[in-house]
Amino acid sequence: MLSTVGLTHYLVVAAVLFTLGVLGIFINRKNIILVLMCIEMMLLAVNINMVSFSAFLHDLAGQVFTFFILTVAAAEVAIGLAIVTVFFRNRGSIEVDDTNMMKG
Amino acid sequence: MLAFADLVFYMFAAMLLGSAMGVIFAKNPMHCVLLLILTFFNAAGLFILLGAEFIGLLLVMVYVGAIAVMFLFVLMTIDIDFAVLKEGFASYLPSGLIVGAVLMAELVIAGQAGLFSGARISTLTAMPAPDGVENIRALGQVLFTHYLFPFQVAALILLVAMIGAIVLTHRRREGVRRQNVMAQIARTREDSLSIVKVKPGQGI
Repeated sequence: MLSTVGLTHYLVVAAVLFTLGVLGIFINRKNIILVLMCIEMMLLAVNINMVSFSAFLHDLAGQVFTFFILTVAAAEVAIGLAIVTVFFRNRGSIEVDDTNMMKG
Repeated sequence: MLAFADLVFYMFAAMLLGSAMGVIFAKNPMHCVLLLILTFFNAAGLFILLGAEFIGLLLVMVYVGAIAVMFLFVLMTIDIDFAVLKEGFASYLPSGLIVGAVLMAELVIAGQAGLFSGARISTLTAMPAPDGVENIRALGQVLFTHYLFPFQVAALILLVAMIGAIVLTHRRREGVRRQNVMAQIARTREDSLSIVKVKPGQGI
């Protein structure tokens, strides 16, 4: 039995996941932590794209760059959550609408 | 009749997208994090199905072991009424759906136009995967030779992130007795020791 799942299937999954991440940012836009989680989902969608192209084109560069994306994602979450913690300590809230101290 | 690998793909894909929906729609943020972990596990399953075992296992270790646990920690340590943050959910939904639909339409159109077709991209092969070598070995052979400098930069990024997170969240609390090394070293015999002659039968 030959496998019929090709590159397109993986790309569709990644596209839907990315769209869900964008949708999540919009509908959870008051909660900073959920916005960060949605950004992680979008990065995951990009990673699925990278790895599926890497697998179907027999090219390792995609997997190497997935590795680097993972690194950056980990660093970004560490800094983001540190900022959330400091913000909560100062303002007692994690609402995006409360981030107005800089009057920007 | 589906091949077994296809069945596994559809299972992982369905679970992935289902739990991703759960992440953005769940009411309790704790459920969001747990569903996010499920999403990562299913993505790792897809990666292993694609033959990228190293990235799949790395996803479990980094995303589940580090990132999701960090989200859980922060959610548990901050004391906040998350129901308030869920208000206005319905009012943001239409704009989110519009943007999502536009994005999805763009991706579909780009796919239909052949932007993602293998024929167009396969000419760009940069690092062909060697035959008959396991995924992890092949990746290591490339990562530590051709991509050594980016690898070091990635380590530097992690170091900077670690220092940044510590500097951001560290605070000096009042009323905590800290060790003062300079004061300890600057002590002399004269200002900490004195010889007192005590007469017998009397106190000092």
